Amino acid sequence: MQISEAWLREFVNPAISTEQLVAQLTMAGLEIDSIEPAAATFSGVIVGEVVAMQQHPDADRLSVCEVNVGTSEPLQIVCGASNVRVGLKIPAALVGAELPGDFKIKKSKLRGVESFGMLCSAKELGLAAEAQGLLELPADAPVGVDIRDYLSLEDNMIEVDLTPNRADCLSVEGIAREVAVLNKMDWSVASDHYSAVTHQEKLTVTIDANEACPRYLGRLIKDVNAKAETPFWMKERLRRSGIRSLGPLVDITNYVLIELGQPLHVFDAAKLKGGIQVRWAKADETLALLNGQTIALDSEALIIADTEQPLALAGVMGGSDSAVSDQTKDVFLECAFFAPQLIAGKARKFGLHTDSSHRFERGVDATMQERAIERATHLIIDIAGGSAGAITEKKNEVAIPLRPAVLLRRQRIEKILGVVLEDEFIHDVFQRLGMSIQAQTEGWLVTPPGFRFDIAIEADLIEEIARIYGYNNLPSTRMVMRSELGKATEAVLEIDRIKDLLVDRGYQEAITYSFVDEAIQKSIAPQDEVIRLKNPISSDLSVMRTTLWSGLLNAALYNVNRQQHRVRLFETGLRFVNKDGQMYQQPMLAGLVLGSVYSEQWGEQNRKVDFFDVKADVQSVFALAGFNLNGFEVLFTPGQHPALHPGQTAEIKNAAGEKIGWLGMLHPSLEKQLGFDTQVFLFEMEQQKLLKKKAHLFRPLSKYPSVRRDLAIIVKEDVSAGAIISSIKGCGELTLQDVVVFDVYRGKGVEEGFKSVALSLFIQDFSQTLTDSEIDAIFNRVLDTLTDTIGAKLRD
Amino acid sequence: MSATLEEILAQSLQELDKAINLDSVDLIRVHYLGKKGLFTLKMKELGNLDPDQRRAVGQIINQAKEQFQAKLESRKTVLEYAELENRLASERIDVTLAGRGQTVAGLHPVTTTLRRITKIFSSVGFQVVEGPEIEDDYHNFGALNIPAHHPARAMHDTFYFDAHTVLRTHTSPVQIRVMESGKPPFKVIAPGRVYRCDSDITHTPMFHQVEGFLVDTDVSFADLKGVIYEFLRAFFEKDIQVRFRPSYFPFTEPSAEVDIECVMCNGAGCRVCSQTGWLEVMGCGMIHPEVFKAVNISHDDYTGFAFGMGVERLTMLRYGINDLRLFFENDLKFLEQFSRSKF
Repeated sequence: MQISEAWLREFVNPAISTEQLVAQLTMAGLEIDSIEPAAATFSGVIVGEVVAMQQHPDADRLSVCEVNVGTSEPLQIVCGASNVRVGLKIPAALVGAELPGDFKIKKSKLRGVESFGMLCSAKELGLAAEAQGLLELPADAPVGVDIRDYLSLEDNMIEVDLTPNRADCLSVEGIAREVAVLNKMDWSVASDHYSAVTHQEKLTVTIDANEACPRYLGRLIKDVNAKAETPFWMKERLRRSGIRSLGPLVDITNYVLIELGQPLHVFDAAKLKGGIQVRWAKADETLALLNGQTIALDSEALIIADTEQPLALAGVMGGSDSAVSDQTKDVFLECAFFAPQLIAGKARKFGLHTDSSHRFERGVDATMQERAIERATHLIIDIAGGSAGAITEKKNEVAIPLRPAVLLRRQRIEKILGVVLEDEFIHDVFQRLGMSIQAQTEGWLVTPPGFRFDIAIEADLIEEIARIYGYNNLPSTRMVMRSELGKATEAVLEIDRIKDLLVDRGYQEAITYSFVDEAIQKSIAPQDEVIRLKNPISSDLSVMRTTLWSGLLNAALYNVNRQQHRVRLFETGLRFVNKDGQMYQQPMLAGLVLGSVYSEQWGEQNRKVDFFDVKADVQSVFALAGFNLNGFEVLFTPGQHPALHPGQTAEIKNAAGEKIGWLGMLHPSLEKQLGFDTQVFLFEMEQQKLLKKKAHLFRPLSKYPSVRRDLAIIVKEDVSAGAIISSIKGCGELTLQDVVVFDVYRGKGVEEGFKSVALSLFIQDFSQTLTDSEIDAIFNRVLDTLTDTIGAKLRD
Repeated sequence: MSATLEEILAQSLQELDKAINLDSVDLIRVHYLGKKGLFTLKMKELGNLDPDQRRAVGQIINQAKEQFQAKLESRKTVLEYAELENRLASERIDVTLAGRGQTVAGLHPVTTTLRRITKIFSSVGFQVVEGPEIEDDYHNFGALNIPAHHPARAMHDTFYFDAHTVLRTHTSPVQIRVMESGKPPFKVIAPGRVYRCDSDITHTPMFHQVEGFLVDTDVSFADLKGVIYEFLRAFFEKDIQVRFRPSYFPFTEPSAEVDIECVMCNGAGCRVCSQTGWLEVMGCGMIHPEVFKAVNISHDDYTGFAFGMGVERLTMLRYGINDLRLFFENDLKFLEQFSRSKF
């Protein structure tokens, strides 16, 4: 909310500077967003009066004016404004004046006629964005007085960012109360004006929704002059509150809204048919709003209607059919209290947010309506004339919120704030806040005033004490924490350790959005059922990722498009997938590699990264978790994945056959479709299965020598190294400690469709040194098994 | 006639002088001192002499041998030295060339900040707990004292899946999940991704928060202040000015906004702090009785505080990053700058 400092100081004027005032409010929880001067800087402009006027001899549009500026002789000033006339009081810039935009006024000649100054419009003084003609000052404006003083332009517009609980401060009066409390000053309610009732006409008011509208006040004001000009001071105060002038009747309701925080509405009485109803709308009703929007109502919309049609969306915005215009003669002035919990969300549902809905949703003082309608009536009659009828009030007492007394226990203050405060101080705080306080044995009963609808429980009162005491004055302790011994589990590997490993292996960590482009997702994971956002920020961020690859591919492309030819990225985070009617949020680890194996360097033969480079990285991750130890095993088996090259895809599983993840090359058709011009390698693993770990148990070391025997076999092309090794392990040779493939050969000497695989067998016994014949026997049993299971032949 | 001893000696010394490497020195040694070496043969000839002569001639031969050996050793030393010199010269490299092989990359700066925050709190026994990112509205709002249509919901710009399922707008639901499934005392921090339907220069639709809370029989606002002060000083590694301002969160009462002295201008006023000298860094407060009610914990027996901070904001302030959007573009040029800040 934006308010004028001068207006505020009219309510309460502590002897502190603007900066001090702002700091005080900020530290009391009323955050100040900005302070702007109410008017641009200018000087040398005073109130003048046009005392005589002649047509310029050589220019049709110019007038030569004699302007009384309070000196003995009037000044001759040439003016081009159409509204200049004798008797008009206007701002006159004297020679030497400086206007906004570095505009200096000098003695000059306009088409041969001397001019000793300039008569100003509101725009020229920086008071309005647009202006038609001179700024007309009231007839009683004192000639010769500096216009800045006369218009109180030495003012600031203060933007207050109020938290939702402090709706009581959504008015000048509300903030004034707060300032008064902080400065230990009295705040008194602006004097009330009751207008005399001068006619007996009334509209009937029927409340059908009396829970949502516990109080409704209305009155007819007849014979107003809707063409009257809103006084300059009011326009100025509205402008400084960030509100545009829209004619006297609307201006007055806005003025009261800013002054007291109570929204009001004026209807053109001539356009109302029958009486006023406050009711829930029917499904087939529509309402054309003041902003030009027509909305389709439903039974959840609270409306003000006449006997024929909806007139206004209650507490939000009026309708255009019943709006006042400059033709309006009689008005019906409405001032109601709508229940916050029943009005909340109604505006937003139609994409609306108004000063009125903002206040009603957060709460308005339920005792304020009479004061506000009287204040508005008084201003209307003052400015636009008219005669007031009696107020019609409908209320539903039981639905009007009470401000029950709240018990405040002395011991709780200390427990929550960690400080012991004097009873006297507590008394003082609540009295200053306008609350009544009554001593009890264990504390006090505190009753908040009508405008403090945020005070409902003990904690609210304690916050008020803390606020007034000053958060910064409250003690701060070095807390002694109840502590337990830390944990050092070996059952789970920390994901941070894996991240560090990948970083050390040259992978840069990425963080990508959890929502992704549906098209990309569809092409890389067509099998996954996606979870769709109802209100995505944009269409290319509309579904939750079912794989981290979506984001990583996107990030890689971003970099490739910026001349990066080598990309190594990894990310950790959740994937989101629907499966069998159940939603899963699974923590994953994924990586992407493209480009050369090493960064540009002199000392290493550089080459494109391939499957096995990336597999080594993935295997190192598994090694951290202790896989391949203690019967933990990880298997890379040939697999098929829609995003991956069918010949370079490994499905990663553990010994129990549970799928852990995937490793492979991006499918060449996707590579092209996504816009890569190089091979891309991807891996993704489920963290939960990856991080499971067992503490290693020591195995005794053998004292006997280990023997290495090499073996080259010829197998068919489609026999995998994995199959060879598991076949060898399947022999059950207890002395066989390890098998390593050290060469794979195709070509001369090996038949087409076959390959030669060279293996090393490491043989070691725990109880003896093996003899050559024992080793030969083991070797032969292995070879026989290979022949039987996978058709291997010993290479000559 | 075979050569005289003098001739052999002279010849051997000459050969040693001419030897250009250790291998040829060794050949010379074998040629003169080997089984069939010239000196060895001379010694063998001694047997043909009578015992009187044998002794005298033997001595002469030994002297010649010693002379040869001395020369041999000195020549060897010279050549070894020369060879070492040679090797040293030939193995000279340009040590300013880069090392080879894989280079180390870096963590995302947000991760670095998360780790630092976690480390600071874990050191006093806070437990790290994570929660789901797709949340039900009860955990994200209702249990946190934000009923439907509460104006605070509008401030959250929530992403919805359906009427009751949302992307969590803050990490506070973890507070509920921990408290409803355990017994106090609690001392927890909950880092993670959060989402708001908002995207412009100062907002990204996804960002990170760390929620922290402590519940015990005797926890006060003074304790909260102490913990926050110490955390901020530890985080910025600086004895920084901190202030607490009253604020409002539905799930805490009293609530506070925490400002630190602007780390860019040391409180003098600059563009980053909008000339105020202060920067808002986190929200906190005493856990609201309604929240305790929702998780069935007696708010008469227990009190607690909670706080929440934006990780990107702290990261920006810590490293002087001036554009929030850089965090999720994953531009290597940006990320690689932080390789050295690995934590």
